[in-house]
Amino acid sequence: MQLSGNNALLESASPTLVDLRRGDAAILERIDLPGDDARRLMELGFLPGTRVTAGLSAPGGDPRVFQVDGSEIALRRETARRLKVRKEGGKPRKS
Amino acid sequence: MSQCGDCHGCPPVALADFTAAPGLATTVAVIGPPNSGKTTLFNRLTGLRQKVANFPGVTVEQHTGVAELPDGRPLQLIDLPGVYSLTPRSEDEEVARAVLTGERAGVAKPEAVLLVLDSTNLNRHLMLAAPILALGLPTMLVLNMADDLRHRHGKVDTEKLAAEIGAPVALVSARSGEGMEPVWDFLAGAMTKPAPRQLPVLQDVPQCRQWAGQVGAQAHYRAPVPPAWTRRLDAVFLHPVAGPVIFLLVVVGVIRTIFEAAAPLNAGIDWLFQASGNWIATTFPPSLVRDLVADGIWRGVGSVIVFLPQVLLLFLFIGILEDSGYLARAALIADRTMARVGLQGKSFIPLLSAYGCAVPAILATRTIENKRDRIATILIAPFMTCSARLPVYALLIAAFIPSRPLLWRLFTTQDAALLGLYVLGFLAAVLTAWALKSSVLKSGRTPFLLEMPAYRLPTLSSLGLRLLDRGKVFLRRAGTVILFVMVVLWVAEHLPLDHGHAPAMEHSVAGMAGHALEPAIKPLGFNWKIGIGLITSLAARETIIATLGEIYGMDEKTQRASLETALRHDLSTGGAFALLVFFAFAMQCFSTIAVVRRETGGWKWPALQFAYMGALAYAGAFIACRLF
Ligand SMILES: Nc1nc2c(ncn2[C@@H]2O[C@H](COP(=O)(O)OP(=O)(O)OP(=O)(O)O)[C@@H](O)[C@H]2O)c(=O)[nH]1
Ligand SMILES: [Mg+2]
Repeated sequence: MQLSGNNALLESASPTLVDLRRGDAAILERIDLPGDDARRLMELGFLPGTRVTAGLSAPGGDPRVFQVDGSEIALRRETARRLKVRKEGGKPRKS
Repeated sequence: MSQCGDCHGCPPVALADFTAAPGLATTVAVIGPPNSGKTTLFNRLTGLRQKVANFPGVTVEQHTGVAELPDGRPLQLIDLPGVYSLTPRSEDEEVARAVLTGERAGVAKPEAVLLVLDSTNLNRHLMLAAPILALGLPTMLVLNMADDLRHRHGKVDTEKLAAEIGAPVALVSARSGEGMEPVWDFLAGAMTKPAPRQLPVLQDVPQCRQWAGQVGAQAHYRAPVPPAWTRRLDAVFLHPVAGPVIFLLVVVGVIRTIFEAAAPLNAGIDWLFQASGNWIATTFPPSLVRDLVADGIWRGVGSVIVFLPQVLLLFLFIGILEDSGYLARAALIADRTMARVGLQGKSFIPLLSAYGCAVPAILATRTIENKRDRIATILIAPFMTCSARLPVYALLIAAFIPSRPLLWRLFTTQDAALLGLYVLGFLAAVLTAWALKSSVLKSGRTPFLLEMPAYRLPTLSSLGLRLLDRGKVFLRRAGTVILFVMVVLWVAEHLPLDHGHAPAMEHSVAGMAGHALEPAIKPLGFNWKIGIGLITSLAARETIIATLGEIYGMDEKTQRASLETALRHDLSTGGAFALLVFFAFAMQCFSTIAVVRRETGGWKWPALQFAYMGALAYAGAFIACRLF
């Protein structure tokens, strides 16, 4: 588990789970949370390198359900913001 | 725990030496991730009926039961709360860990383990196998939900899996009983320590997951396709517009059904009690005992039992919510509101079950990781309208609020009043939480993580059994606590004896107690009779109904009248509203006080809670009496 560095520039640049819209998928890069919180997230399947898909949410967009490693886990925005991702193509959305 | 990796100090037969041949276990723990079906399996093996529901965190305490093996030997089974790993974050997970390692006082250290994993999500669930196998206890891997796996076109080779992890594997459906023979064989046979090919470093989660993936691949595990129905239902229930609308419609529908559908059944039960009471009164010769039975017990206890249909309907709805998996979605929708008052969505699950009863709800708070969040949730849980308040509400509303249509015949003033009382309790809970969380119980945030279970169709048998159990609890309360209070009350109404005759009610011990209380409750619009009811309702809320039933039953003038009519002589409309508000807020329940003391480890919190809720009830009733 990597803890957050002080590099504010880098942080604001890299996208997080919050930036995913419904149906988008991305690869998890790292979890910027204290050790034991990060550990529990990893036990639930949020491991670096895993594909995470954003699902439905409560009205208002928070919390949101994420599909990861075969299960559906709801996270609040404040937590999702700490999970940095690398965008993957994702499903092309019809518009 | 995991430091016990090679486990030289704990040979699996250490405790079994006296009671069974070497290699035969006497105590077996059932462990696994949350919602994998551990309790379902435990119930199947022991024939017990511990609570099963479709959301993570149902079991929060160890439960023991005895399974009778095919050879007739008894075997102790311990059902445990679900865990994701052996690194606990909450009270319930700590219970599971402590029992497994033999650290929990009063529970025998298990000599073997049934590790229950959800076969539809095997790769992730296998991660838990690493720390469990490392315990060195004889272990069987029970892959549950075989039916689900098959329907969704997944598969797994159990023999290959067994070879890979060096422990027996069974693919079962605990719910239907399919594939259980190997489990019985394992429990009955000589067990050996697991001999996995290799184990990952337990502290390294990514490595554990990688190991699990490799083991799954060796076992030719093919993950099932995603549950189509769950996706479809979620698209509706979590729809930004339709979701909340459905939520509201469901709530209104429930309230309506409780009122309207139960009414004819109430009338039926009422008639039965009236008729049998009259029969007792006319058949037996006049005596004090006859009066005790006919007026005291029959009328008193009977007037509570009348409300059995309402209570059962309520539990039917709670059962459907819990078994279908909608509860977790409701917690998700409620999270925003909970966040605003400083709690998290996980607190919502115990709060919802508090609509049934606050006691299990307070136990269920063990799943809340954050200590202060947990205490706050415990403190507000008794505000939720529990099933013991329902009869009181139903009686007073029917007696004092004329039924007028608000939305045609679909929603009446009575429905609105009942809904209003539920909302009132909820608001009191939420505002109290906010006050607590922004002062004494302020805390850092623990991330909100909630696993959404797949929707499942509630089975008729599981709903039926729930109702049977709840019905029994309700009747047992009526037949024990309430009956006891009724007898004590009846005696208090007959003392002091005046030339062998009972005094007028007003001058009896009970009457004097009511009169002593009267000055304090007069401002709320209550007279001394209601005062007696308030005293007895400390034992259990619905006792007030039985008390009034008994008091009116003994009085010549009110004996023939229905409870509702008799009540109208004693309470003004303002007083009735005051009484409703009083019951919405006051903590009149010994069992709740006891469980709060146990779970918070002292008298401080329950005492504060009792005083606070009492003060709020008094103030609320005072205002209501003047408002209406
Ligand atoms: N389809 C299917 N559902 C099952 C099976 N076994 C259990 N379930 C359902 O799975 C859900 C969870 O069952 P529980 O026995 O409460 O699970 P648990 O592991 O004890 O859960 P916690 O106590 O919360 O950790 C319930 O809705 C059960 O009806 C099965 O074999 N097949
Ligand atoms: Mg359970």
